[in-house]
Amino acid sequence: MSWTISAELIPGLARGAAVLGTGGGGDPYIGALLAAQALREHGDVTVVTLDEVPDDALVLTVAMMGAPTVMVEKLPSLTEVVAPVHALSASLGRPVTHIACAEVGGVNSTIPIAAAAALGLPLIDADGMGRAFPELQMVLPTLYGVDASPLAFSDEKGNTGVLTTVDNSWTERIARVACVEMGCSVMISGFPMSGAQAREALVADSLSLCREIGDGIEAARAEKADPVERTVQLLGGRELFSGKVVDVERATTTGFARGRARIDGVDASLELSFQNEHLMAALDGVTLVTTPDLIMVLEHDSGEPITTEGLRYGQRVRVISAPSDDRWHSPEALAMVGPGYFGYEVPSHRFDGTAETPAPDAPEVAA
Amino acid sequence: MHIGIDVGGTNTDAVLMDGTTTLAAVKHATTPDVTDGIVQAIGELRSGHHFDGEQITAVMIGTTHFINALVQAKRLAPTAALRLGLPATRALPPLVDWPAELVEAISARSYLAHGGYEFDGRPISPIDPDELRAHAEDMRVNGIRSVAISSVFSPVNHDLEVEAARIVGEVLGPDVAISLSHEIGRIGLLERENATIINAALRELASEIVDGLTAAVRKQGIEAPIFLSQNDGTLMDEDYVRLYPVATFASGPTNSMRGAALTSGLATCAVVDIGGTTADIGLLINGFPRETANEVKVAGIRTNFRMPDVLSIGIGGGSIVDEETAEVGPASVGYKLMTEALVFGGSTLTATDIAVAAGRASIGDASKVAHLDPVFVERVLERIGERIAEAVDRMRTSPEPIPVVAVGGGSILLSDELPIFGAVHRPDNYAVANAIGASIAQVGGEIDKVYAIEPGRREEAIAEVRAEAIDKAIAAGASPASVAIVDFDEVPIPYLPGNATRIRVKAVGDLDMGGLR
Repeated sequence: MSWTISAELIPGLARGAAVLGTGGGGDPYIGALLAAQALREHGDVTVVTLDEVPDDALVLTVAMMGAPTVMVEKLPSLTEVVAPVHALSASLGRPVTHIACAEVGGVNSTIPIAAAAALGLPLIDADGMGRAFPELQMVLPTLYGVDASPLAFSDEKGNTGVLTTVDNSWTERIARVACVEMGCSVMISGFPMSGAQAREALVADSLSLCREIGDGIEAARAEKADPVERTVQLLGGRELFSGKVVDVERATTTGFARGRARIDGVDASLELSFQNEHLMAALDGVTLVTTPDLIMVLEHDSGEPITTEGLRYGQRVRVISAPSDDRWHSPEALAMVGPGYFGYEVPSHRFDGTAETPAPDAPEVAA
Repeated sequence: MHIGIDVGGTNTDAVLMDGTTTLAAVKHATTPDVTDGIVQAIGELRSGHHFDGEQITAVMIGTTHFINALVQAKRLAPTAALRLGLPATRALPPLVDWPAELVEAISARSYLAHGGYEFDGRPISPIDPDELRAHAEDMRVNGIRSVAISSVFSPVNHDLEVEAARIVGEVLGPDVAISLSHEIGRIGLLERENATIINAALRELASEIVDGLTAAVRKQGIEAPIFLSQNDGTLMDEDYVRLYPVATFASGPTNSMRGAALTSGLATCAVVDIGGTTADIGLLINGFPRETANEVKVAGIRTNFRMPDVLSIGIGGGSIVDEETAEVGPASVGYKLMTEALVFGGSTLTATDIAVAAGRASIGDASKVAHLDPVFVERVLERIGERIAEAVDRMRTSPEPIPVVAVGGGSILLSDELPIFGAVHRPDNYAVANAIGASIAQVGGEIDKVYAIEPGRREEAIAEVRAEAIDKAIAAGASPASVAIVDFDEVPIPYLPGNATRIRVKAVGDLDMGGLR
């Protein structure tokens, strides 16, 4: 059933998205403000479920590419949010009918809302990851053979480019260079899909899930119940660990914030490895959970999600894990977003701790 | 000799100091006309320990005037916010997330203009003098008396803010105050801009208050220069206050912490200030409060100026004690302690009753709590100790041991030994700690900018920034020999190429009082 996003829903939705963002995506404040402002100015946005999207729809994802740190200084103009959609529509020679989120987490769950509001288009209750990952090609549509290109990117000055590339990793490489040249914060639109393709490739109901989590945390606080436990229930996950952050080590290499955090509990110690997002959790040296399943750090009592940039000595936190979309566990998917891709020499571990060895007869998902 | 005065919402404290020795101290209720209270306080100091006007080398004042004016939305100037950044930033214009009543209280007008820089210092667009003149003309027509100018990435390059101020100033004339964002905040455009707008709205009031304070001090025959406390505890002179009143906002808690530390002889410590409803915990590093890394909301406005990082937990003298669980707070009888607590004949078991039952304090009627089970009393006090210790541990930034200083009326709740941290320090003379904190004569200079550090040039770049901060401290009046770097922070900015690094350096030295006269 379709529903409507108005400015009042944004805080809950943004909080839920920050949980699913697994520590990445930057400070959600600007993205939330941008969406709320766009909704006030252009009116509410209709959200449709994947079932309701007609087969011949033209669906595009909209996202911000670049440094969230830049976006808190060089604020968006909204024209660059809609420009790549117009450019792509012109290039494809067809009107765009629906907007979708490429990922959930941080600004990229709220920018598509602003885009949909400004364009007067419906937004699909779905996204390309069911979580957040750092690179453009890391979406389920890639596994279904959906091309990222033609992909359009725009800055606030009015520069717009449309890329046609041989594969989605090239789209990422070329767009990243343009992004830096254009001031390290651009809006992109791509992954043109039919309604039928979107239904097959996207993760369904993720905006509703963001809302449920955000509202659930708020409601649990009001009822004096445990917001962390509520979140774990909603995600069908488990609580991994509870303790105090005792060490955070970070370095920025090749543009990504890599690092490790150690959390001490009563008689054990958990190590988190992150690269923008939390990617691996190990208890006293034993791997518990890895990407692609979700690892999230929440403030101990309030359940407020903590970004990898926001981790600090002394914080009392709880670490939870949750299953990612099942399609992330195929061998092709693990090659793209598994621990090995990020340089961790461990087999991937599911949220419940089971190690996975990709079976040779694993389901083929690439089209 | 010098004088420290702290004008709080409730009390005005004053101390006469010789170096770090307190010669006289007074405390009384803050008067509606603040200057009267100051005149009175100085008079009382003089009767406590005689001095002549010319013996006083400096008067340091901590005041909550400015933050109160904002919170009450009173005496604020009609203010314009001008942002340089077009074609970027249009979606979120200045004042975007402000409470409506404050927008109204400052008769705010918001303007967008071309200008601003990219993260690496390349221009977004050149400024357009005609556009700026048209905006300034509109401000003039609408009776704007103070202007806040912000520009995208001005912490990287502030040239355009300065140039825009010149152009706008030509139209508006010298009577309209102009505040520039790079002098006030750090990276984070909306937060820095908000702090600048608040500063702009307070500029007229700042001049009035400085004139009032000066007149009050001069009336006592003191011709010495007057300084005000800043958020970090360093001092600013009159001229600086007229330009940056916003820098006084958090001087209250800062002076209290620094005063507590000075009287207990510790430069690096955790200060636990326990009042009636809450325990406020802050950290002093080399005599300066550890500042928040996050955005701070002031009167509902999101800002990012430096404020001491204070953690408040709901434990105080008036906290209600659960007779089942032995947990304390966060509910409190508050100001009704004198009637509600058991020792005062009331019917609510409060933390104060527990302290009396344990023999830690003799207030009220101890027989009213004689029935309490000593085991229960001990359990409550243990829980208080554990929770305070946990909060202090949360505040410190490393597992290094740190001494704990306890102050405030509710500090009787704390035993002499705290879990994790050991002995608790309890300074004398705490009643006037705020004024003592204000009297600490130090001035500083701070640099906080984003630098693109070329490979192999890191050491050189850091040395330049350090030298710049030291020069700034000396320019603020520090005696050159005493200046030292008290804070250094280097943070690589994620997702950015070219080793963009935010460097923050603070240099502080002793106020050169000899050079003042």
